[in-house]
Amino acid sequence: MTATAPAPVPNTRPARTYAAYSRPLWRRVLLTRESAIIGLLVVVIAVSLAVVPNFDSPLTVTYLLRDIAPILLIALPMTLIIITEEIDLSVASIVGLSSVMTGILTQAGWPFALAAITAILVGAIAGVVNGFLVTVVGLPSLAVTIGTLALIRGIAVGLLGTTAVTEFPEFWSDLAKDNIPGTPIPGIMIPFVVLAIAFAILLHFTPFGRSLYAIGLNKDAASFSGIDVGRTKFWLFVMSGTISGFAGVYFTLLYNNARGDNATGLELQVIAAVLLGGVSIFGGRGALHGVIAGVLLIGVLGSALRLAGVTSDIINVITGVLLVLSVVSASLLAWLRRRRISAIGKKKERELAASSS
Amino acid sequence: MFTKQRSRRFGVAITAAAAATVLALTGCASSGDGGGDGGGDDANLSVTFLPKNLGNPYFDTSSAGGQEAVEEFGGEFAEVGPTEASPTSQVSFIQTAAQQGVGALVVSANDPEAICDALDEASSAGVKVVTFDSDTNPECRDLFINQATAEGIAKVQVDLIAEQIGDAGQIAVLSASANATNQNAWIEMMEEELAASHPDIELVEVVYGDDDDQTSFDKTAALLQTYPELKGIISPTTVGIAAAARYLSTSEYQGQVALTGLGTPNQMREYVEDGTVTAFALWNPADLGYLAAFAAQALITGEVTGEEGDTFEAGKLGSYEVGADGTVLLGDPYVFDAENIGDFDF
Repeated sequence: MTATAPAPVPNTRPARTYAAYSRPLWRRVLLTRESAIIGLLVVVIAVSLAVVPNFDSPLTVTYLLRDIAPILLIALPMTLIIITEEIDLSVASIVGLSSVMTGILTQAGWPFALAAITAILVGAIAGVVNGFLVTVVGLPSLAVTIGTLALIRGIAVGLLGTTAVTEFPEFWSDLAKDNIPGTPIPGIMIPFVVLAIAFAILLHFTPFGRSLYAIGLNKDAASFSGIDVGRTKFWLFVMSGTISGFAGVYFTLLYNNARGDNATGLELQVIAAVLLGGVSIFGGRGALHGVIAGVLLIGVLGSALRLAGVTSDIINVITGVLLVLSVVSASLLAWLRRRRISAIGKKKERELAASSS
Repeated sequence: MFTKQRSRRFGVAITAAAAATVLALTGCASSGDGGGDGGGDDANLSVTFLPKNLGNPYFDTSSAGGQEAVEEFGGEFAEVGPTEASPTSQVSFIQTAAQQGVGALVVSANDPEAICDALDEASSAGVKVVTFDSDTNPECRDLFINQATAEGIAKVQVDLIAEQIGDAGQIAVLSASANATNQNAWIEMMEEELAASHPDIELVEVVYGDDDDQTSFDKTAALLQTYPELKGIISPTTVGIAAAARYLSTSEYQGQVALTGLGTPNQMREYVEDGTVTAFALWNPADLGYLAAFAAQALITGEVTGEEGDTFEAGKLGSYEVGADGTVLLGDPYVFDAENIGDFDF
């Protein structure tokens, strides 16, 4: 009796661990957080097709993709930034400034292509400023980009005031709005797919990408293992600024409207979608396919609910609940699990104590 | 290992929870709303109102007027809108209306240009477009229901003040900001009207409260200090008139100096009741929504096409004619006084 009693304690935990690793590959792939979001997206699309009138029209696809295109674009660099445990809150302001630059320069008679390139460069410069303040000055990105959020928005609104520029060359505004011929898919999806593939390769198949996870998990360890943490982060912010600049040009053409207050609040939609897509706000975890599914999920949900006649405040509530659930439940489940393990441990201890006495 | 297990449980939990939520929500929402869209045989009398934003008492009143009208002609009424009045926030709602294939969309535009393309697309999908309260560029819509003309707004305020001060004496204007286009146009017309019809009234000064409550309050105090002989104040802005009324109601000038202008009943109710203000003007947003809905119906049935000179019937409001640029004028501004203010809540 006394000889057999201690045996269960050391055996329990290794057995559980082994079970987790011995699951077949397909189960490990299907049961990741990314797969859960993709699964949820498929469920939402299927349910919407079945019960929401007019959801199955090609127009739905066009409008949906057009509206979420800026979020999709900016979510790419945002994913990388959040994986390194930083954040860029100034993206929507950069979209606004880029929109204003596009408008002002077009109005001044510049050829549109030149105005657009300049506007994208302005976005890149804003990214350089963010990157400089975060990596060289060494300030936390949350503080830096809250500051530049206000600063850049202020410049954008100051430059154009409450007026708007609404005349753009038809060729370019058609290009931003038109579908790929013969499909309901907007042409903006072409640059998006190219960028998404480039970002996926960068993040998941290069040493640079692996270094981002390393930085997010442990900045010091990454640094000691030879990763230039500062330079890596600097380029991420430049990337984010540049793509936000591009999104600003697209936004301007899509709505035929260059205004300082364009895209206000977009940063929150982007961050919400990125977190929903499985990127940890504490860094070191996440994948691009999950993020893209997260953006699509919020977009499809909004589109379906609007078509079903649900008011926008309720749509906001639903999106918010989904986000809170996705962020909170991970920690909640981990906490529950820790509690259960310690409960099992205590039970074993009691049994041990009872049997040995 | 820890992460893998955690994410697996998480995945199952969130998929189940969210799928259930979505099923429940889309299920019950569509059962209530999916009805009479896509009617092809008869005229498609579904009319969707899209105000600048939801939760705004002014637009609640106009939508209530619209709903009353739609029920009268047997159509289907819906109201959608963003929670904030930003320029591009209305676009997705316009797109949704186009997808649903509603008969007509009645919009108060947050921006004259930003929603134009979306409206054009809705038009080409067969949706009739009526703007009210705030117009887009004329080519983006079929009809604009104009609440009042600048002439009408200027004249009603001059008439009110002339009546209240006995058609003689000094008056001042408390406006919004110095570069507010519509306010400046009204003030110019007021000056012309005074010169032409009220030679004994002298407009001594135009001051600007910047549509800020405290600034307007202070400017009112300064005006009364500067011009002891002042008989009346016109404030053609809802912020200004309320601030001026607040100052007057607590000063010795209450009942001595007349105040009128453009205000909303809810802001002005207590000052009308305590005698600070006798009468002020604005349009009636319920009538505005009512007329817009009937205009939408007339477009759907083909009774009007938006051409100048077309006429249509608008229920209890009578017959209306389409003016230049596809504009329909509701009529003279509505005068609110102690008699009728109790009928309004906006």
